[in-house]
Amino acid sequence: MEHAATQMSGYVSRPATIPGLGRQLREHEMVISMGPQHPSTHGVLRLELVVDGEVVVDVIPHLGYLHRCFEKHCEHMSNYQQVIPYADRMDYVAAMSNEFGYAVACEKLFKIEVPERVEYIRVIMAEFSRIVSHLIAIGTYGMDIGAFTPFLYCMRDREHVLDIFEQTCGARLLYNYMWVGGLSHDVPPDFADKVKAFCKYFRPNIKELNDLLSHNKIFIDRTANVGVLPPEVAINYACSGPVLRGSGVKWDLRKNDPYSVYDRFDFEIPVGTGKVGTVGDCWDRYMVRVREMEQSVNIIEQAIDQLPSGDVRAAVPKRIRPERGEVYVRTETPKGELGYYIVSDGTPSPYRVKVKSPCFVNLSALPAMSRGAMIADIVAILGSIDIVLGEVDR
Amino acid sequence: MIPQEMYDILRAEFDDAVLGAQLEGVLDPELTVSPERVQDVARFLRDEQNLQFDTLMCLTGMDYTGGRLGVVYHLASIKWGHKIVLKTELTAEQPHCRSVESVWKTANWHEREAFDMFGIIFDGHPDLRRILNPYDWEGYPLRKDYRVPEFYNGMRVPY
Amino acid sequence: MREFLLEVLQIEILVYALMAIVPMLWVVPFALFAVWWERKISAHMQDRLGPMRTGGWHGWAQTIADILKLIQKEDIIPALADRKLFKLAPYVVFAGSYAAYAAIPFSAAYIGSNINIGLFYIISITSIVVVGLLMAGWASNNKWSLYGAMRAAAQIVSYEVPVILSILAVVMIVGTFDLQEINRAQSGPFWNWFVFQKFPFLFLAALIYFLSSLAEVNRTPFDIPEAESELVGGYHTEYGGMRFAMLFLSEYANMFAVSAIAATLFFGGWNSPFGETLSGPWWGAFWFFSKGMAFIFVQMWLRWTLPRLRVDQLMYVSWKVLIPFSFVVILGVGFWVMLSP
Repeated sequence: MEHAATQMSGYVSRPATIPGLGRQLREHEMVISMGPQHPSTHGVLRLELVVDGEVVVDVIPHLGYLHRCFEKHCEHMSNYQQVIPYADRMDYVAAMSNEFGYAVACEKLFKIEVPERVEYIRVIMAEFSRIVSHLIAIGTYGMDIGAFTPFLYCMRDREHVLDIFEQTCGARLLYNYMWVGGLSHDVPPDFADKVKAFCKYFRPNIKELNDLLSHNKIFIDRTANVGVLPPEVAINYACSGPVLRGSGVKWDLRKNDPYSVYDRFDFEIPVGTGKVGTVGDCWDRYMVRVREMEQSVNIIEQAIDQLPSGDVRAAVPKRIRPERGEVYVRTETPKGELGYYIVSDGTPSPYRVKVKSPCFVNLSALPAMSRGAMIADIVAILGSIDIVLGEVDR
Repeated sequence: MIPQEMYDILRAEFDDAVLGAQLEGVLDPELTVSPERVQDVARFLRDEQNLQFDTLMCLTGMDYTGGRLGVVYHLASIKWGHKIVLKTELTAEQPHCRSVESVWKTANWHEREAFDMFGIIFDGHPDLRRILNPYDWEGYPLRKDYRVPEFYNGMRVPY
Repeated sequence: MREFLLEVLQIEILVYALMAIVPMLWVVPFALFAVWWERKISAHMQDRLGPMRTGGWHGWAQTIADILKLIQKEDIIPALADRKLFKLAPYVVFAGSYAAYAAIPFSAAYIGSNINIGLFYIISITSIVVVGLLMAGWASNNKWSLYGAMRAAAQIVSYEVPVILSILAVVMIVGTFDLQEINRAQSGPFWNWFVFQKFPFLFLAALIYFLSSLAEVNRTPFDIPEAESELVGGYHTEYGGMRFAMLFLSEYANMFAVSAIAATLFFGGWNSPFGETLSGPWWGAFWFFSKGMAFIFVQMWLRWTLPRLRVDQLMYVSWKVLIPFSFVVILGVGFWVMLSP
């Protein structure tokens, strides 16, 4: 019987050129697959790591494991409203943000004016989605680094928001709530009380999270000065959201290119400052998310105070009769800048819907961020970009 | 910077490359550019002092039925806050377009997706492979005349 | 114990075999209990409940149910794995952890083998665990397991040095490696315990020993060999069923062994904290086990609170922080012992 070692040495073959790497493997390098099934890749993503011991020489991402042909489906829908449940399923963690973007894009294309009440409720729901998405991002990031407990605390806080969502539209994760021209349901009667109670409950929890995780010395050692993304590189890679703001660029669509009623609220844009490391490292991106949650609570409190009355279904058109035209609208989702390019040719079904997904674009910057990192750092960097594979692959 | 000024600056620099423009009645100014010169136009748009389109927001492949393809570029400027749309027109027999990957690194993956979905070949792209579909998939799914293949690697494709 | 058994059974080899099994009577029930305890502790720290149903009261039979399930699992060995090493590795790891129980003083009246180099023996025999981990990682034919094994080897070997240096401080005071002697030297009320003696040096030694022992047993924050979120399972990725149960059992056995050493060396071992009251052979065993369990609780507490260190940071902590401090401790204790009358 052949010994296992000789068996294995005959088994290894070196391809001429590794696609994506562009050259042959050197003697001391090894290709290891952080494969589609892995606890830390936040979904089905395959990262092919070319490593030299523990140091990563190159990262080659392989996508498409969750590709569900969203854009092709849109072309076969019988009207524009039917796209909304599909749009939900892209970034399934913060589904309301996807619907928001699509609804705003369609309303711009068809020149529909929505009532004020609808705008305010949409903003409240979008900010709740932001809180929910950042809670998952922070919780799973802690888990990747090795701290298992903050994840459970974030899930506990998330349950409160999901309860509010369930009372409003009946669903916890995928809502089909924001329709073109309005909303599917009005909010329940005790909505304002519940929202205010949540805001009061949630603020001290952010502080608890900071004490437990953000200022923990070991966490800072793992994330500071790791995965530094300089601002020029971030802009060239069209990064957006916390990834761009973590690099020090103060750019938020809610303030710089406002849509809906965001210009009526008073909130700040947190930006990475390099407080414990370099500007643009993982800790900065993580901290931007934590502080954004706080700002979201501010926005929600202001919005719920100003909420006007009205009918949320008043402007939902019975039949959408579109004209020819096209529009590109971008909104600020928790992951970054989500863009919808909708082309209409006059028929009731969309001609082309292209989604510019922020996670897709942010992920393309991963190889640039991880030169010279170690394997444990790749996990940290990937967690700080905060990808959801549903949106990367659509 | 208003659309007319942007158009004048571009026209002055690239008279032969700019094939058409739509400045009124649209949300952002649209310019049609020839596919071979799109990289030069892009670099000019990025570097010119008053334009500084430093972000490629979105790069979309298009299939205008009748064997005509196209690429649509949505550019934005973080510095100045204005936006512009570039369009190129290609044919299914000659689906070649110059790559803008050297101008904005984000185009790398966007162009791979346009190649994957429409079969548009970007000259000068360092690594043009499929990105969302499996690497050995046949056909270009988002084309209007696409038919799902019956077999893939010996397995029957359902539906 | 040995003499009594010799009289009864007359055959020496049988006596020694029986005495080798006695600590199993503690290790196996302890592992069953500790798994349940860890799940409950982690659950309550994470604002949830943990096992609640199996067996009725707070799911006390959960681990027994898990063992029954694991026994029934299919024995899967990867196709290209080295079969002999793969099968042998869990037993080597267990042997390394379990052999330490031969010299641990459970009580004034019971110690498996009262050799006068007891401490030295324990430290050296637990190093066999490294060999077992390397076998497990290599034989799995899995690059990730190999990473876990290499990291484990580097980590355990590096942290042996601060362990030995901090133990030397205690040995210098007592003058012998004999664990029962070390226990007897701490008799009396609790301020006689070594952790409070020669302040601050032995306190520092206790701290260094505790941290290094965390690294020896691969517990967070030093759990990179089995870093769940990076390496899936590290060296035990490919192990399932009873082989995995064996590795898990050895991990808990190892945890208790190092807690027992910490309790013995620094916290009085089987001595009662009140001096003469509540002492005796059975009370001694009670105090010993309580102290061991207290350290286990602290280990579990740390696991669920702290993130994990990266491998080079871990090496840094060992070589550039713990070892210099343990040198300081040795110098301090040495001078103190020399200069005191």
